[in-house]
Amino acid sequence: MSIETPIYMDYAATCPVDERVVAQMLPYFTTHFGNSASRTHQFGWVAEEAVDKARERVAALINANEKEITFTSGATEANNLAIKGVAEFLEGKGNHIITCVTEHKAVIDTCKYLERHGCEVTWLGVGTDGMIDLDELERAFRPETILVSIMAANNETGVVQELAKIGALCHARKVLFHTDAVQAYGKIPLDVDAMHIDLMSISAHKIYGPKGVGALYVRRRRPRVRIAPQIHGGGHERGNRSGTLAVPLIVGFGAAAEIAAQDMAADTERILGLREHMRERLTQEIPEAIVNGTLAHHLPGTLNISFAYVEGESLLMGLKGIAVSSGSACTSASLEPSYVLRAMGLNDELAHSSLRMTIGRYTTREEVDYVVDRIRENVERLRAMSPLWEMVQEGIDLASIEWTAH
Amino acid sequence: MAYSDKVIEHYEHPRNVGSLDKNDEGVGTGIVGAPACGDVMKLQIRVEGDVITDAKFKTYGCGSAIASSSLVTEWVKGMKLTDAMQIKNSQIAEELSLPPVKIHCSVLAEDAIKAAIADYQKKHGTPE
Repeated sequence: MSIETPIYMDYAATCPVDERVVAQMLPYFTTHFGNSASRTHQFGWVAEEAVDKARERVAALINANEKEITFTSGATEANNLAIKGVAEFLEGKGNHIITCVTEHKAVIDTCKYLERHGCEVTWLGVGTDGMIDLDELERAFRPETILVSIMAANNETGVVQELAKIGALCHARKVLFHTDAVQAYGKIPLDVDAMHIDLMSISAHKIYGPKGVGALYVRRRRPRVRIAPQIHGGGHERGNRSGTLAVPLIVGFGAAAEIAAQDMAADTERILGLREHMRERLTQEIPEAIVNGTLAHHLPGTLNISFAYVEGESLLMGLKGIAVSSGSACTSASLEPSYVLRAMGLNDELAHSSLRMTIGRYTTREEVDYVVDRIRENVERLRAMSPLWEMVQEGIDLASIEWTAH
Repeated sequence: MAYSDKVIEHYEHPRNVGSLDKNDEGVGTGIVGAPACGDVMKLQIRVEGDVITDAKFKTYGCGSAIASSSLVTEWVKGMKLTDAMQIKNSQIAEELSLPPVKIHCSVLAEDAIKAAIADYQKKHGTPE
Protein backbone atom coordinates (compact mmCIF):
# COMPACT_ATOMS: atom_id res chain seq x y z
CA MET A 1 0.00 0.00 0.00
CA SER A 2 1.35 3.40 -0.89
CA ILE A 3 0.68 6.43 1.21
CA GLU A 4 0.85 10.06 0.28
CA THR A 5 3.35 12.22 2.13
CA PRO A 6 3.74 14.68 3.70
CA ILE A 7 1.36 13.53 6.42
CA TYR A 8 -0.05 16.25 8.65
CA MET A 9 -0.44 15.25 12.28
CA ASP A 10 -0.07 18.62 13.98
CA TYR A 11 -3.68 19.82 14.20
CA ALA A 12 -3.02 21.46 17.57
CA ALA A 13 -0.73 23.90 15.76
CA THR A 14 -3.22 24.74 13.04
CA CYS A 15 -5.65 23.14 10.62
CA PRO A 16 -6.33 23.36 6.92
CA VAL A 17 -9.43 25.44 6.25
CA ASP A 18 -12.42 23.21 5.58
CA GLU A 19 -13.51 23.65 1.97
CA ARG A 20 -17.09 24.23 3.10
CA VAL A 21 -15.71 27.17 5.09
CA VAL A 22 -13.73 28.56 2.17
CA ALA A 23 -16.84 28.43 -0.02
CA GLN A 24 -18.76 30.60 2.42
CA MET A 25 -15.89 33.08 2.78
CA LEU A 26 -15.13 33.74 -0.87
CA PRO A 27 -18.02 36.10 -1.75
CA TYR A 28 -16.98 38.38 1.11
CA PHE A 29 -13.63 39.11 -0.50
CA THR A 30 -15.08 40.33 -3.77
CA THR A 31 -18.84 40.74 -4.20
CA HIS A 32 -19.72 41.55 -0.59
CA PHE A 33 -16.57 43.44 0.30
CA GLY A 34 -18.26 46.15 2.34
CA ASN A 35 -17.17 47.53 5.69
CA SER A 36 -19.54 46.19 8.31
CA ALA A 37 -19.39 49.58 10.04
CA SER A 38 -20.75 51.41 6.98
CA ARG A 39 -24.30 52.23 7.99
CA THR A 40 -25.21 54.34 5.00
CA HIS A 41 -25.37 51.81 2.18
CA GLN A 42 -26.11 48.26 1.16
CA PHE A 43 -22.47 47.15 1.01
CA GLY A 44 -22.14 47.84 4.72
CA TRP A 45 -25.49 46.29 5.59
CA VAL A 46 -24.68 43.03 3.79
CA ALA A 47 -21.33 42.78 5.55
CA GLU A 48 -22.88 43.57 8.92
CA GLU A 49 -25.53 40.93 8.42
CA ALA A 50 -22.84 38.34 7.64
CA VAL A 51 -20.89 39.33 10.74
CA ASP A 52 -24.01 39.07 12.90
CA LYS A 53 -24.74 35.61 11.58
CA ALA A 54 -21.16 34.50 12.25
CA ARG A 55 -21.33 35.97 15.73
CA GLU A 56 -24.40 33.89 16.51
CA ARG A 57 -22.72 30.73 15.27
CA VAL A 58 -19.53 31.35 17.23
CA ALA A 59 -21.57 32.08 20.38
CA ALA A 60 -23.89 29.09 20.00
CA LEU A 61 -21.03 26.62 20.36
CA ILE A 62 -20.42 27.74 23.96
CA ASN A 63 -24.04 28.52 24.89
CA ALA A 64 -23.38 32.25 24.82
CA ASN A 65 -25.30 35.22 23.46
CA GLU A 66 -24.00 36.81 20.26
CA LYS A 67 -23.64 40.13 22.03
CA GLU A 68 -21.01 38.53 24.23
CA ILE A 69 -18.60 37.86 21.36
CA THR A 70 -15.81 40.36 20.63
CA PHE A 71 -13.89 39.50 17.48
CA THR A 72 -10.12 39.85 17.63
CA SER A 73 -7.15 39.03 15.42
CA GLY A 74 -6.74 35.70 17.19
CA ALA A 75 -6.53 34.09 20.59
CA THR A 76 -3.26 35.75 21.57
CA GLU A 77 -4.98 39.10 21.28
CA ALA A 78 -8.05 37.74 23.07
CA ASN A 79 -5.88 36.55 25.98
CA ASN A 80 -4.14 39.92 26.16
CA LEU A 81 -7.46 41.75 26.04
CA ALA A 82 -9.06 39.57 28.69
CA ILE A 83 -6.26 39.68 31.23
CA LYS A 84 -4.99 43.23 30.72
CA GLY A 85 -8.53 44.46 30.18
CA VAL A 86 -9.76 43.06 33.50
CA ALA A 87 -6.62 44.09 35.40
CA GLU A 88 -6.95 47.64 34.14
CA PHE A 89 -10.70 47.95 34.61
CA LEU A 90 -10.62 46.49 38.13
CA GLU A 91 -7.43 48.13 39.34
CA GLY A 92 -9.43 49.99 41.98
CA LYS A 93 -10.78 46.70 43.31
CA GLY A 94 -7.69 44.53 43.44
CA ASN A 95 -4.46 43.56 41.76
CA HIS A 96 -4.15 39.83 42.30
CA ILE A 97 -4.38 37.28 39.47
CA ILE A 98 -4.22 33.50 39.74
CA THR A 99 -3.00 31.47 36.79
CA CYS A 100 -1.03 28.32 36.10
CA VAL A 101 2.54 27.52 35.01
CA THR A 102 1.43 25.37 32.07
CA GLU A 103 -0.58 28.10 30.37
CA HIS A 104 0.18 29.14 26.80
CA LYS A 105 2.82 31.86 26.47
CA ALA A 106 0.11 34.33 25.48
CA VAL A 107 -1.25 34.07 29.03
CA ILE A 108 2.07 33.62 30.83
CA ASP A 109 3.78 36.57 29.19
CA THR A 110 0.72 38.79 29.62
CA CYS A 111 0.67 37.96 33.35
CA LYS A 112 4.42 38.58 33.60
CA TYR A 113 3.89 41.95 31.94
CA LEU A 114 1.25 42.79 34.54
CA GLU A 115 3.59 41.67 37.34
CA ARG A 116 5.98 44.37 36.17
CA HIS A 117 3.13 46.88 36.28
CA GLY A 118 1.82 46.48 39.80
CA CYS A 119 -0.12 43.21 39.71
CA GLU A 120 0.60 40.21 41.88
CA VAL A 121 0.32 36.83 40.23
CA THR A 122 0.00 33.41 41.87
CA TRP A 123 1.37 30.70 39.61
CA LEU A 124 -0.35 27.38 40.35
CA GLY A 125 1.60 24.22 39.65
CA VAL A 126 0.24 21.02 38.15
CA GLY A 127 0.45 17.39 39.19
CA THR A 128 2.16 14.66 37.21
CA ASP A 129 -1.19 14.22 35.45
CA GLY A 130 -1.10 17.83 34.24
CA MET A 131 -4.11 18.90 36.34
CA ILE A 132 -4.16 21.84 38.71
CA ASP A 133 -4.98 21.12 42.34
CA LEU A 134 -8.34 22.66 43.22
CA ASP A 135 -7.39 22.87 46.91
CA GLU A 136 -4.29 24.84 45.94
CA LEU A 137 -6.49 27.13 43.87
CA GLU A 138 -8.85 27.60 46.79
CA ARG A 139 -5.99 28.56 49.08
CA ALA A 140 -4.65 31.04 46.53
CA PHE A 141 -7.68 33.35 46.64
CA ARG A 142 -7.14 36.65 48.45
CA PRO A 143 -9.46 39.57 49.12
CA GLU A 144 -7.73 41.45 46.30
CA THR A 145 -8.02 38.61 43.76
CA ILE A 146 -9.75 39.90 40.63
CA LEU A 147 -9.15 37.19 38.05
CA VAL A 148 -8.41 33.49 37.66
CA SER A 149 -7.06 32.48 34.24
CA ILE A 150 -6.82 28.73 33.67
CA MET A 151 -6.70 27.17 30.23
CA ALA A 152 -9.40 24.74 29.18
CA ALA A 153 -7.10 22.25 27.44
CA ASN A 154 -3.34 22.26 27.24
CA ASN A 155 -1.82 22.69 23.81
CA GLU A 156 1.10 20.33 24.41
CA THR A 157 -0.53 17.50 26.32
CA GLY A 158 -4.26 17.81 25.59
CA VAL A 159 -5.05 17.66 29.32
CA VAL A 160 -8.44 19.26 30.08
CA GLN A 161 -8.89 21.14 33.37
CA GLU A 162 -12.01 20.82 35.53
CA LEU A 163 -13.59 24.02 34.25
CA ALA A 164 -16.96 23.69 35.99
CA LYS A 165 -15.31 23.20 39.38
CA ILE A 166 -12.88 26.07 38.84
CA GLY A 167 -15.75 28.26 37.68
CA ALA A 168 -17.81 27.41 40.76
CA LEU A 169 -14.94 28.31 43.08
CA CYS A 170 -14.50 31.66 41.33
CA HIS A 171 -18.22 32.38 41.16
CA ALA A 172 -18.63 31.76 44.89
CA ARG A 173 -15.97 34.41 45.58
CA LYS A 174 -17.16 36.84 42.91
CA VAL A 175 -13.81 36.52 41.17
CA LEU A 176 -13.82 36.58 37.37
CA PHE A 177 -12.87 33.36 35.56
CA HIS A 178 -11.09 33.56 32.22
CA THR A 179 -10.19 30.48 30.23
CA ASP A 180 -7.97 30.15 27.18
CA ALA A 181 -10.10 27.63 25.30
CA VAL A 182 -8.20 27.67 22.02
CA GLN A 183 -7.58 23.91 22.00
CA ALA A 184 -10.92 22.92 23.53
CA TYR A 185 -13.34 25.10 21.55
CA GLY A 186 -15.18 23.00 19.00
CA LYS A 187 -13.50 19.81 20.25
CA ILE A 188 -15.31 19.20 23.54
CA PRO A 189 -18.62 20.60 24.83
CA LEU A 190 -18.20 23.98 26.53
CA ASP A 191 -20.99 25.85 28.29
CA VAL A 192 -20.19 29.29 29.69
CA ASP A 193 -23.20 29.19 32.03
CA ALA A 194 -22.82 25.67 33.39
CA MET A 195 -19.08 26.25 33.83
CA HIS A 196 -19.38 29.79 35.24
CA ILE A 197 -16.96 31.14 32.66
CA ASP A 198 -16.79 34.94 32.47
CA LEU A 199 -14.25 35.35 29.68
CA MET A 200 -13.09 32.87 27.06
CA SER A 201 -10.45 33.16 24.36
CA ILE A 202 -11.03 31.21 21.16
CA SER A 203 -9.53 30.98 17.71
CA ALA A 204 -10.81 30.06 14.24
CA HIS A 205 -7.81 28.29 12.76
CA LYS A 206 -7.86 25.47 15.31
CA ILE A 207 -11.35 24.49 14.15
CA TYR A 208 -10.71 24.43 10.38
CA GLY A 209 -11.36 28.15 9.98
CA PRO A 210 -8.97 30.81 8.71
CA LYS A 211 -5.92 32.16 10.52
CA GLY A 212 -6.05 35.78 11.64
CA VAL A 213 -9.35 35.77 13.51
CA GLY A 214 -10.35 34.82 17.02
CA ALA A 215 -12.70 36.07 19.66
CA LEU A 216 -13.10 36.90 23.30
CA TYR A 217 -16.32 35.89 25.00
CA VAL A 218 -17.21 38.54 27.59
CA ARG A 219 -20.12 37.71 29.89
CA ARG A 220 -22.93 40.30 29.89
CA ARG A 221 -25.19 39.06 32.67
CA ARG A 222 -24.63 37.77 36.18
CA PRO A 223 -22.17 39.32 36.36
CA ARG A 224 -21.83 41.93 33.66
CA VAL A 225 -18.12 41.82 32.92
CA ARG A 226 -16.39 44.96 31.79
CA ILE A 227 -12.90 45.25 30.37
CA ALA A 228 -10.68 48.17 29.45
CA PRO A 229 -10.00 48.13 25.69
CA GLN A 230 -6.41 47.60 24.64
CA ILE A 231 -6.85 48.80 21.06
CA HIS A 232 -8.45 52.22 20.78
CA GLY A 233 -10.15 53.75 17.78
CA GLY A 234 -13.56 53.75 16.20
CA GLY A 235 -15.34 51.95 19.00
CA HIS A 236 -16.07 48.74 17.13
CA GLU A 237 -17.14 45.61 19.00
CA ARG A 238 -19.04 47.58 21.66
CA GLY A 239 -15.90 49.55 22.36
CA ASN A 240 -13.98 46.44 23.41
CA ARG A 241 -11.81 46.26 20.32
CA SER A 242 -11.58 48.96 17.69
CA GLY A 243 -10.62 48.26 14.11
CA THR A 244 -12.48 47.43 10.92
CA LEU A 245 -13.80 43.91 11.15
CA ALA A 246 -12.16 41.24 8.99
CA VAL A 247 -15.49 40.27 7.45
CA PRO A 248 -14.37 37.32 5.28
CA LEU A 249 -12.37 35.82 8.15
CA ILE A 250 -15.26 36.29 10.56
CA VAL A 251 -17.63 34.64 8.09
CA GLY A 252 -15.17 31.74 7.94
CA PHE A 253 -15.01 31.57 11.74
CA GLY A 254 -18.79 31.38 11.89
CA ALA A 255 -18.94 28.69 9.23
CA ALA A 256 -16.26 26.66 11.00
CA ALA A 257 -18.10 26.98 14.33
CA GLU A 258 -21.35 25.82 12.77
CA ILE A 259 -19.67 22.78 11.21
CA ALA A 260 -17.94 22.02 14.50
CA ALA A 261 -21.30 22.09 16.28
CA GLN A 262 -22.86 19.74 13.73
CA ASP A 263 -19.94 17.33 13.45
CA MET A 264 -18.51 17.34 16.99
CA ALA A 265 -20.01 14.04 18.10
CA ALA A 266 -19.05 12.16 14.92
CA ASP A 267 -15.63 13.81 14.65
CA THR A 268 -14.86 13.05 18.28
CA GLU A 269 -15.79 9.41 17.97
CA ARG A 270 -13.66 8.89 14.87
CA ILE A 271 -10.69 10.96 16.06
CA LEU A 272 -10.68 9.40 19.53
CA GLY A 273 -10.74 5.95 17.91
CA LEU A 274 -7.67 6.81 15.83
CA ARG A 275 -5.91 8.39 18.80
CA GLU A 276 -6.48 5.29 20.92
CA HIS A 277 -5.32 3.04 18.10
CA MET A 278 -2.15 5.09 17.83
CA ARG A 279 -1.59 5.14 21.59
CA GLU A 280 -2.11 1.41 21.94
CA ARG A 281 0.25 0.56 19.12
CA LEU A 282 2.99 2.95 20.24
CA THR A 283 2.92 1.91 23.88
CA GLN A 284 2.65 -1.80 23.12
CA GLU A 285 5.24 -1.98 20.35
CA ILE A 286 7.86 0.37 21.81
CA PRO A 287 9.31 -0.23 25.28
CA GLU A 288 9.47 2.78 27.60
CA ALA A 289 7.03 4.85 25.59
CA ILE A 290 5.26 6.93 28.20
CA VAL A 291 2.06 8.92 27.66
CA ASN A 292 2.29 12.42 29.12
CA GLY A 293 -0.79 13.80 30.86
CA THR A 294 -3.81 12.01 32.20
CA LEU A 295 -6.12 10.43 29.66
CA ALA A 296 -9.01 10.72 32.09
CA HIS A 297 -9.38 14.43 31.29
CA HIS A 298 -8.22 14.79 27.75
CA LEU A 299 -8.88 16.13 24.27
CA PRO A 300 -9.77 13.42 21.77
CA GLY A 301 -7.11 14.17 19.16
CA THR A 302 -3.96 14.93 21.13
CA LEU A 303 -1.28 12.42 22.05
CA ASN A 304 1.96 13.39 23.78
CA ILE A 305 4.42 10.55 24.30
CA SER A 306 7.99 10.43 25.56
CA PHE A 307 10.28 7.82 24.03
CA ALA A 308 12.87 7.52 26.77
CA TYR A 309 16.57 7.84 25.87
CA VAL A 310 15.87 9.21 22.38
CA GLU A 311 16.19 12.95 21.85
CA GLY A 312 13.06 14.48 20.32
CA GLU A 313 14.60 16.53 17.56
CA SER A 314 16.68 13.66 16.25
CA LEU A 315 13.50 11.58 16.20
CA LEU A 316 11.67 14.29 14.25
CA MET A 317 14.54 14.38 11.78
CA GLY A 318 14.04 10.70 11.07
CA LEU A 319 10.31 11.16 10.53
CA LYS A 320 10.70 12.62 7.09
CA GLY A 321 7.46 13.64 5.46
CA ILE A 322 5.60 13.49 8.78
CA ALA A 323 4.48 16.70 10.48
CA VAL A 324 4.42 16.29 14.26
CA SER A 325 5.96 18.43 16.97
CA SER A 326 8.34 17.90 19.85
CA GLY A 327 8.86 19.21 23.35
CA SER A 328 12.55 18.88 22.75
CA ALA A 329 14.77 21.82 23.57
CA CYS A 330 16.44 21.69 20.22
CA THR A 331 13.26 22.60 18.41
CA SER A 332 13.37 25.98 20.08
CA ALA A 333 16.19 28.48 20.22
CA SER A 334 16.16 28.46 24.02
CA LEU A 335 17.66 24.96 24.43
CA GLU A 336 15.21 24.46 27.28
CA PRO A 337 12.90 21.48 27.08
CA SER A 338 9.13 21.93 27.28
CA TYR A 339 8.17 23.96 30.36
CA VAL A 340 4.82 22.18 30.38
CA LEU A 341 6.36 18.72 30.70
CA ARG A 342 8.93 19.97 33.22
CA ALA A 343 6.10 21.44 35.33
CA MET A 344 4.48 17.99 35.34
CA GLY A 345 7.64 16.67 36.97
CA LEU A 346 9.10 14.84 33.99
CA ASN A 347 12.83 14.32 34.29
CA ASP A 348 15.11 15.88 31.70
CA GLU A 349 15.53 12.77 29.58
CA LEU A 350 11.79 12.33 29.21
CA ALA A 351 11.10 16.03 28.65
CA HIS A 352 13.67 16.09 25.86
CA SER A 353 12.25 12.91 24.36
CA SER A 354 8.64 13.83 23.74
CA LEU A 355 6.60 13.95 20.56
CA ARG A 356 3.18 15.50 20.17
CA MET A 357 0.89 13.99 17.57
CA THR A 358 -2.48 15.65 16.98
CA ILE A 359 -5.08 13.88 14.92
CA GLY A 360 -7.77 15.81 13.11
CA ARG A 361 -10.71 15.75 10.74
CA TYR A 362 -8.69 14.54 7.76
CA THR A 363 -6.42 11.97 9.43
CA THR A 364 -6.86 8.40 8.20
CA ARG A 365 -6.17 5.08 9.89
CA GLU A 366 -3.59 4.31 7.19
CA GLU A 367 -1.74 7.49 8.09
CA VAL A 368 -1.78 6.58 11.78
CA ASP A 369 -0.35 3.14 11.04
CA TYR A 370 2.30 4.59 8.73
CA VAL A 371 3.38 7.12 11.36
CA VAL A 372 3.50 4.48 14.11
CA ASP A 373 5.71 2.27 11.92
CA ARG A 374 8.11 5.13 11.16
CA ILE A 375 8.28 6.15 14.84
CA ARG A 376 9.02 2.60 15.92
CA GLU A 377 11.79 2.17 13.34
CA ASN A 378 13.41 5.44 14.25
CA VAL A 379 13.21 4.94 18.00
CA GLU A 380 14.89 1.54 17.57
CA ARG A 381 17.59 3.02 15.34
CA LEU A 382 18.28 5.97 17.64
CA ARG A 383 18.30 3.84 20.78
CA ALA A 384 20.93 1.64 19.15
CA MET A 385 23.14 4.75 19.05
CA SER A 386 22.05 6.22 22.40
CA PRO A 387 24.63 6.02 25.19
CA LEU A 388 21.81 6.50 27.71
CA TRP A 389 19.90 3.50 26.41
CA GLU A 390 23.13 1.48 26.57
CA MET A 391 23.76 2.50 30.18
CA VAL A 392 20.21 1.68 31.20
CA GLN A 393 20.50 -1.74 29.54
CA GLU A 394 23.68 -2.28 31.59
CA GLY A 395 21.72 -1.48 34.73
CA ILE A 396 23.28 1.93 35.37
CA ASP A 397 21.10 4.48 37.15
CA LEU A 398 21.40 7.65 35.08
CA ALA A 399 20.57 9.79 38.09
CA SER A 400 23.69 8.47 39.83
CA ILE A 401 26.03 9.93 37.21
CA GLU A 402 27.68 13.31 37.58
CA TRP A 403 27.02 14.88 34.20
CA THR A 404 29.09 17.69 32.81
CA ALA A 405 26.44 20.28 32.09
CA HIS A 406 27.34 22.62 29.29
CA MET B 1 14.94 24.15 10.89
CA ALA B 2 16.82 23.33 7.72
CA TYR B 3 19.74 20.92 8.06
CA SER B 4 22.79 20.97 5.84
CA ASP B 5 23.24 18.05 3.45
CA LYS B 6 26.28 16.88 5.40
CA VAL B 7 24.38 16.80 8.69
CA ILE B 8 21.60 14.80 7.06
CA GLU B 9 24.11 12.46 5.46
CA HIS B 10 25.84 11.73 8.78
CA TYR B 11 22.50 11.43 10.57
CA GLU B 12 21.21 8.91 8.06
CA HIS B 13 24.46 7.04 7.68
CA PRO B 14 26.39 7.58 10.90
CA ARG B 15 29.98 6.31 10.81
CA ASN B 16 31.45 4.19 13.59
CA VAL B 17 28.40 3.77 15.81
CA GLY B 18 29.16 1.35 18.60
CA SER B 19 31.19 0.71 21.70
CA LEU B 20 34.70 -0.48 22.57
CA ASP B 21 35.52 -2.23 25.83
CA LYS B 22 36.07 0.65 28.21
CA ASN B 23 38.18 -1.53 30.49
CA ASP B 24 40.62 -2.37 27.69
CA GLU B 25 44.03 -0.80 28.37
CA GLY B 26 44.24 0.42 24.79
CA VAL B 27 40.88 2.21 24.87
CA GLY B 28 40.12 5.76 25.97
CA THR B 29 36.52 6.73 26.72
CA GLY B 30 35.05 10.22 26.87
CA ILE B 31 31.48 10.86 27.97
CA VAL B 32 30.41 14.50 27.82
CA GLY B 33 27.18 16.46 27.98
CA ALA B 34 24.15 15.88 30.16
CA PRO B 35 20.65 14.54 29.67
CA ALA B 36 19.41 17.83 31.12
CA CYS B 37 20.88 19.67 28.15
CA GLY B 38 19.44 17.20 25.65
CA ASP B 39 22.76 15.79 24.50
CA VAL B 40 25.20 13.19 25.75
CA MET B 41 28.12 11.96 23.65
CA LYS B 42 30.21 8.89 24.30
CA LEU B 43 33.34 8.77 22.17
CA GLN B 44 35.88 5.97 22.38
CA ILE B 45 39.28 5.56 20.78
CA ARG B 46 41.63 2.62 20.46
CA VAL B 47 45.27 3.67 20.53
CA GLU B 48 48.29 1.79 19.32
CA GLY B 49 51.60 3.53 19.92
CA ASP B 50 50.62 7.17 19.56
CA VAL B 51 48.11 6.59 16.77
CA ILE B 52 44.33 6.27 17.02
CA THR B 53 43.51 3.07 15.13
CA ASP B 54 39.78 2.91 15.81
CA ALA B 55 37.00 5.17 17.07
CA LYS B 56 33.39 4.54 18.05
CA PHE B 57 30.60 6.77 19.27
CA LYS B 58 27.13 6.74 20.71
CA THR B 59 25.18 9.97 20.97
CA TYR B 60 21.91 11.00 22.55
CA GLY B 61 21.09 14.33 21.02
CA CYS B 62 19.81 16.21 18.04
CA GLY B 63 20.81 15.46 14.46
CA SER B 64 23.64 17.98 14.58
CA ALA B 65 25.07 16.35 17.70
CA ILE B 66 24.93 12.93 16.05
CA ALA B 67 26.58 14.32 12.90
CA SER B 68 29.31 16.12 14.89
CA SER B 69 30.29 12.97 16.76
CA SER B 70 30.10 10.82 13.64
CA LEU B 71 32.36 13.25 11.79
CA VAL B 72 34.91 13.35 14.60
CA THR B 73 35.23 9.57 14.72
CA GLU B 74 35.88 9.63 10.99
CA TRP B 75 38.54 12.31 11.36
CA VAL B 76 40.49 10.87 14.28
CA LYS B 77 40.97 7.40 12.85
CA GLY B 78 44.62 7.13 11.85
CA MET B 79 45.46 10.40 13.56
CA LYS B 80 48.25 10.87 16.08
CA LEU B 81 47.04 11.71 19.59
CA THR B 82 48.83 15.06 19.46
CA ASP B 83 47.02 15.94 16.23
CA ALA B 84 43.64 14.77 17.52
CA MET B 85 44.14 17.09 20.50
CA GLN B 86 44.25 19.98 18.04
CA ILE B 87 40.77 19.42 16.56
CA LYS B 88 38.74 22.56 17.05
CA ASN B 89 35.00 22.84 17.27
CA SER B 90 35.09 25.54 14.62
CA GLN B 91 36.44 23.03 12.10
CA ILE B 92 33.56 20.67 12.87
CA ALA B 93 31.00 23.47 12.68
CA GLU B 94 32.42 24.64 9.37
CA GLU B 95 32.54 21.17 7.83
CA LEU B 96 28.90 20.54 8.79
CA SER B 97 27.69 24.11 8.14
CA LEU B 98 26.14 24.24 11.62
CA PRO B 99 23.94 27.25 12.34
CA PRO B 100 24.82 29.36 15.43
CA VAL B 101 22.18 27.63 17.60
CA LYS B 102 23.93 24.30 16.95
CA ILE B 103 27.51 25.38 17.63
CA HIS B 104 27.30 23.75 21.07
CA CYS B 105 27.07 20.37 19.31
CA SER B 106 30.50 20.89 17.76
CA VAL B 107 31.88 22.08 21.12
CA LEU B 108 30.61 18.89 22.66
CA ALA B 109 32.32 16.78 19.98
CA GLU B 110 35.62 18.59 20.62
CA ASP B 111 35.17 18.01 24.35
CA ALA B 112 34.41 14.34 23.71
CA ILE B 113 37.60 13.61 21.78
CA LYS B 114 39.67 15.52 24.35
CA ALA B 115 38.01 13.55 27.16
CA ALA B 116 38.67 10.24 25.40
CA ILE B 117 42.35 11.11 24.93
CA ALA B 118 42.64 12.26 28.56
CA ASP B 119 41.11 8.96 29.71
CA TYR B 120 43.59 6.99 27.63
CA GLN B 121 46.52 9.05 28.92
CA LYS B 122 45.33 8.63 32.49
CA LYS B 123 45.34 4.86 32.05
CA HIS B 124 48.93 5.06 30.87
CA GLY B 125 50.15 7.70 33.28
CA THR B 126 51.10 9.99 30.44
CA PRO B 127 51.11 13.64 31.43
CA GLU B 128 48.96 15.84 29.21
